[in-house]
Amino acid sequence: MELLLNIALLALLLITATAIACTKDLFAAAMLAGIYGLLSASFFMTMGAVDVAFTEAAVGAGIAPLLILLTLALCGRRQRPDRRRAALALALVAIVGALLLAATLDMPAFGAVDAPAHRHVAPRYITESMAEIGIPNIVTSVLASYRAFDTLGEVVVIFTAGLGVLALLLGGGESRSAVPSSVLQSGGQSRDLVLRVTAKILIAPIMLYALYVQFHGEYGPGGGFQAGVIFAVGFILYGLVFGLDALHRVAGHGLVQLLAAVGVLVYGSVGLLGLASGRNFLDYGALAGDAVSGQHVGIIAIELGVGITVAAVMILVFYAFFAQLRRLGQLAVRDEEFAEGRAG
Amino acid sequence: MTETILMLLSGLALALGCFFMLSGAIGLLRFPDFYTRMHAAGVTDTLATFLIIGGLMLLAGWSLALLKLGLILLFIFFTSPAASHALARAAQHSEWKLSGTEARGERDREAKILDAPADVAEPDALNTDKV
Repeated sequence: MELLLNIALLALLLITATAIACTKDLFAAAMLAGIYGLLSASFFMTMGAVDVAFTEAAVGAGIAPLLILLTLALCGRRQRPDRRRAALALALVAIVGALLLAATLDMPAFGAVDAPAHRHVAPRYITESMAEIGIPNIVTSVLASYRAFDTLGEVVVIFTAGLGVLALLLGGGESRSAVPSSVLQSGGQSRDLVLRVTAKILIAPIMLYALYVQFHGEYGPGGGFQAGVIFAVGFILYGLVFGLDALHRVAGHGLVQLLAAVGVLVYGSVGLLGLASGRNFLDYGALAGDAVSGQHVGIIAIELGVGITVAAVMILVFYAFFAQLRRLGQLAVRDEEFAEGRAG
Repeated sequence: MTETILMLLSGLALALGCFFMLSGAIGLLRFPDFYTRMHAAGVTDTLATFLIIGGLMLLAGWSLALLKLGLILLFIFFTSPAASHALARAAQHSEWKLSGTEARGERDREAKILDAPADVAEPDALNTDKV
């Protein structure tokens, strides 16, 4: 039964990937990318990797297609054909794919007991983590305590990526927007009653769910990364339905920028607290009376840092895209007025 | 006894849900234009998800899973019709606009509708009564 399910999911993944590569309509490709994310989340779920599946569902099927759609609003939904570049990309993909396939031949079989991954540190995580960290979700123990330094790196990467997007988009180009300028002038505000009421009903549960994911990450699947994305989605939904100005009143641009840095700062400071008490960097033992409750406090603190940074960076990226769209809209309006002035 | 009834009911709900999901998918593929396709997808999607999750809830018994399934049901109750509505509304702003002669590509269809027998009530006539 599980084999059938796996075959079906993988076949659907393959079909979706091929369709993404083949379609010329970028809007359809963005939608298919969302479907691809959902399918891979289901596949991870059948393999028992619940946390990864959750992240993939939140990022791959949730916010990534949204950001791709915003990009399409900037650059148009038609792909410009470029045969030379397509041949180059195809060659590159074929070579990398062949190398990866060759590499899988040397890998141990899936679920093999004597695989290196299962013999090195995993037994210790499985047998000792309950005594050392004291939380049921081993993935969170590994992510936030044993490998906390790696996770700090990931948070810094997200922060840097946010800065990169800001630097790229605020630099500005002179392309034309595909979105009607009237939509942009109103700040994207929707006048539709049904959407406004639905959004009003949904935003509070979304935020509550994000908090649940944030603070329940020690006991079930979840944690700062997923919660941050869900937070950001709540804010973006508000911005899309009630207009960017309303969102700016709730979460100002400066505040969000500050929060993106504050999250990384919280994470780093928790690490430095360990150093200050004469232990290793990111050793949470000093944060409370005994080592296990110290781990609890430390994990909650750094997950909070992760959540804040992820949410703030996602909202910042949304802001950056929308600012660019608005500027292009204003440029288009100015051009129209200029053309009318010349005609009249 | 109750367990058997619950099993039967949930099996019925699941089978009906699968049937509606399948018919919705067939409708999405086979219907001729945007609005009929959207109708097929929107209506059957909501109903089928209700039936499937309802069937699973009958199987879950009094547990945390029941509560979670109920929350999912509530979420879909709000989002799925709203998504269909947003889709239709977006289509009204595009070149597939239903009423009004300014939409290109719709003139032929409207000409056919005008030629049709007059016993078909016009949607606008219904609205003007209320005003």
